[in-house]
Amino acid sequence: MLTIGILSLQGSVIEHIKVLQKIKNIKAVEIKYAHELGLIDGLIIPGGESTTISKLLKDFNIFDALKRRIEDGLPVWGTCAGLILLSKYINGEKSGHLEVMDINVKRNAYGSQINSFSTIYERIDDISNVPIPMVFIRAPYIISVGSDVKVLKLLDGKIVAARQKHMLATAFHPELTDNTAVHEYFISMVKESATCRF
Amino acid sequence: MENRYELNKNLAQMLKGGVIMDVINSEQAIIAEKAGAVAVMALESVPADIRKNGGVARMSDPKMIKEIIASVSIPVMAKVRIGHFVEAQILESIGIDYIDESEVLTPADNVYHIDKASFNVPYVCGAKNLGEALRRIGEGASMIRTKGEAGTGNVVEAVKHMRTMNQEIRQLQNLPAEELMTYAKNLCAPYELVKYVAQNGKLPVVNFAAGGIATPADAALMMQLGCDGVFVGSGIFKSGNPEKRANAIVKAVTYFNDPKIIAEVSEDLGEAMVGINITNLDTSFSDRGW
Repeated sequence: MLTIGILSLQGSVIEHIKVLQKIKNIKAVEIKYAHELGLIDGLIIPGGESTTISKLLKDFNIFDALKRRIEDGLPVWGTCAGLILLSKYINGEKSGHLEVMDINVKRNAYGSQINSFSTIYERIDDISNVPIPMVFIRAPYIISVGSDVKVLKLLDGKIVAARQKHMLATAFHPELTDNTAVHEYFISMVKESATCRF
Repeated sequence: MENRYELNKNLAQMLKGGVIMDVINSEQAIIAEKAGAVAVMALESVPADIRKNGGVARMSDPKMIKEIIASVSIPVMAKVRIGHFVEAQILESIGIDYIDESEVLTPADNVYHIDKASFNVPYVCGAKNLGEALRRIGEGASMIRTKGEAGTGNVVEAVKHMRTMNQEIRQLQNLPAEELMTYAKNLCAPYELVKYVAQNGKLPVVNFAAGGIATPADAALMMQLGCDGVFVGSGIFKSGNPEKRANAIVKAVTYFNDPKIIAEVSEDLGEAMVGINITNLDTSFSDRGW
């Protein structure tokens, strides 16, 4: 049994929990306090507002503990706002938030809500050989990645999914669909990391 | 169109667990964003002033709304009068993220609401009971909020609406299938949506608290009653220390189940906005909407 935490400060928390509940041998727990970070095998940072989540991380002293845990190898996956929180560089801003993943991200890169969109026929070969529905809500995309980072998905020339070792980032929201493929991929990352440790 | 509606409901899902703050200029919008707001509602005067000033309250100046859009990275919402679809067309054309068809402004139509499904931009609407919520969703609203008496600093009406909604949903869940049609008829609500609520025990869209929320405790109360998030209007910028109060309400909404944290953030907030007793109101905003 693996325990996957969902950072539960704001945003699409229940949505991630519901998808995880469909997968066998996974326990999904909400993470609201720094001491809870010790109880999990992997962490999902959900969609929401990155400025809000980042502020709450700092106000409640979770920020440093989380950054350290990720740097020590805690598998982590950020969707949308979560991707922004993980990235080292944010286009047009002086600094990032957690700054753990070597990617340069553009916020609200597609524009306002009227430009939100979804796709159903796109495949992500590293994750599944059948299409994965992708939902983009006021989404960011990744402008460039460091040499250590593998681009998992390009959509119209824009990077929308990437992985660096134990860190996964998606500009879209797999938690808003019934498809469990990306969650299962993340769980396989968590399993890999667990085998390395023992 | 179906897909657009899903995307619009999805944006509301991203706002969950968050606070949406009324702001009247870009300075306030920046304060709200820094305090951790998930979105701002741009309007020319907050409900407390609309009440005081009287007269006809309309959509805000598009220039001022555009300035606010340019000043923050979080979503920006703005209000239109009930039934005023041209005000809505204007807001859609300037790239607003969410429209609030709001009883706080003076209604432009006293029989009909906007056909929200014909727009690409998402709508939030107020509802004081299940029937009203499902009528608005039927018209295309992708987010619902309570219709507490805005600008009063008095949470009693928002509590009433949320409790009513919860009671009606629980009642509905206990009905056998053959009673749903008559229930829908009595609620004046679309049958398909009534069926959805009976099966799922919740609205098909996100439901926020709004109206009269003035303190972190008010916000946490609404969250414990089952709201997905909170709108704070006059409560912040009509108080003694807006920045601190905004911060405190954001924290209280995330940690709504942790009285220790709510106690901490409630300390030294300065003066709350002056409250108004609901029985002394000249105009009850929540009676607007059909």
